[in-house]
Amino acid sequence: MNIVRRLLSNWLPVYAVLYVAFLYLPILLLPIFSINQSAVPQFPLTGYTMKWYAGLPNTPELLSSAWNSLIVGLSASIVSTILGICAARAITRYRFRGQRVASGLIMAPLVLPEIIVAVSMLLVLLQLGVGLSLFTVILGHILICIPYSVTVLISGFEGFDRSLEEASADLGESAWGTFRRVTLPMVAPAIISSLLVSFTISLDEFILAFFLSGTEPTLPVYIWGQLRFAAKLPSVLALGTLLLLASFMMLSIAEILRRRAARRAQNEGGVYA
Amino acid sequence: MTIAAEGKPDDSAQQAGRPALLQSEAAQGIALISPTFLYALAMLAVPILVTFAHSFWTQNYMDIDRTFTLENYRIALTEPIYRDLLWRSLFISLTVSFVTVVLAYPIAYYISFHGGRHKGLWLFIITIPFWTSYLLRVMSWKVILGFNGVLNSGLMALGIISEPSTAFLYNTNAVIITLTHAWAAFAILPIFVSLEKVDRTLIEAATDLGDGAVRRFLRVTLPLSMPGAISALMIVMIPTVGDYVTPRLVGGKDGVMIANAIQAQFGKAANWPLGAALSVTSMVVVTAMAGATVFILRWAARQAR
Repeated sequence: MNIVRRLLSNWLPVYAVLYVAFLYLPILLLPIFSINQSAVPQFPLTGYTMKWYAGLPNTPELLSSAWNSLIVGLSASIVSTILGICAARAITRYRFRGQRVASGLIMAPLVLPEIIVAVSMLLVLLQLGVGLSLFTVILGHILICIPYSVTVLISGFEGFDRSLEEASADLGESAWGTFRRVTLPMVAPAIISSLLVSFTISLDEFILAFFLSGTEPTLPVYIWGQLRFAAKLPSVLALGTLLLLASFMMLSIAEILRRRAARRAQNEGGVYA
Repeated sequence: MTIAAEGKPDDSAQQAGRPALLQSEAAQGIALISPTFLYALAMLAVPILVTFAHSFWTQNYMDIDRTFTLENYRIALTEPIYRDLLWRSLFISLTVSFVTVVLAYPIAYYISFHGGRHKGLWLFIITIPFWTSYLLRVMSWKVILGFNGVLNSGLMALGIISEPSTAFLYNTNAVIITLTHAWAAFAILPIFVSLEKVDRTLIEAATDLGDGAVRRFLRVTLPLSMPGAISALMIVMIPTVGDYVTPRLVGGKDGVMIANAIQAQFGKAANWPLGAALSVTSMVVVTAMAGATVFILRWAARQAR
């Protein structure tokens, strides 16, 4: 009985560690092979080199697609965060008919196959005679970033004490003034966190960019084109490692801010309650 | 309709000042959500309806013939190539969703019941890989499973196999492994949330009444966390049916899925109505499969009780 119990209690942590290893294995391989001498990614490693990284700045197509990704990411994250603020605020602060339907549609891109979203948008844009460009990619990325923005912002807006806003209104502040001077400072970390998360999503998104980008590729579309050439693989791995680091840094900042926002909303609410 | 609702609070505010504004809370809420809602309507709902309409039309060289026809659906459902792709996509998404949920359950359980103070950190660690580029993760699996890949060279170094095996890459299994990895976080989170809601006193009660660890898990924890497991299944099953990147990169000839055929219709083949019909068909069929899965699981849960 004792042995069974010990096995049961030890089985789980071991499984948890193995599972995390499985999750991280493919991601850790990218940096490892990006500093490997051999152009073929296989073990044993053949020696350390930075040549794959050194080659990156000398590729004009890479630089222009990185620039495209930056434009798309910034535009999509700003617009999706603004739209996300509206929706998250409406969902947490108000009760109205059709709320479930509205939030259901807003969150729908999260559970639909991306290819369906992509071809449907493509069909409409082509019918309307809108040429494919970075603008159409931005339109698509806004759509798929909104659900993530809304999720992050709702967690920032929840636990937020409404009596603070009521107090502000009672003291004669206008609705806009209350939002700017009471609500906004409390939810600022959640807003920054939403910007970072949606920028990351846009930076990594491939399917919508692939269908909607026309002749101006974003970074993932550029990488997709490079994957056809085996000789280009190490450079792609180096580029991928850099993207990985960028994503990881932005998400860590987003997570720290989100937690701080959650704590602050609870603490200050508690003080004034 | 929404525009009218948007106009309302402003008018009443001008007439009656702030109190009226506060009274029309519902109208304010609707006004606030409408920009986002209208965006989703214009960029998602309308395009999907347009796609649906296209699926009943015909491609006539450069033009679209708008006479109603079911020909595209006949092709989508009976032509062997599309029928096989659809079956394979359904098989893959069903397998992936079950494998992902079964593998994810213990880790969600571990975090919820033994995570202690570090629950947040655990969740962060588990979601990080999911935030990195999907394209790069699939490419990495290609590196792992390939002929000269990590798995083959590793197994050869260990002396388990004497020459590289071609069995790992370019088949259905490669697609299943890659997708199981890609959707892990999506399965863990809903299960974790529903495990968090399980009332711990019920488990104590089961212990007090003499249930062992296994019985108490099967009769209390598992049934109470079923909603999370079912939503995890749905969240993985529906999007994976339309995956494009994974079958293209690691699927080879035997791992092609319906999304690759849809892309071809919108690209090289330039037959939008057929592409639309294939999209609608896969959505309808996967929704039906998801519904059936939920129904069967609920029925099985009732029988077990």
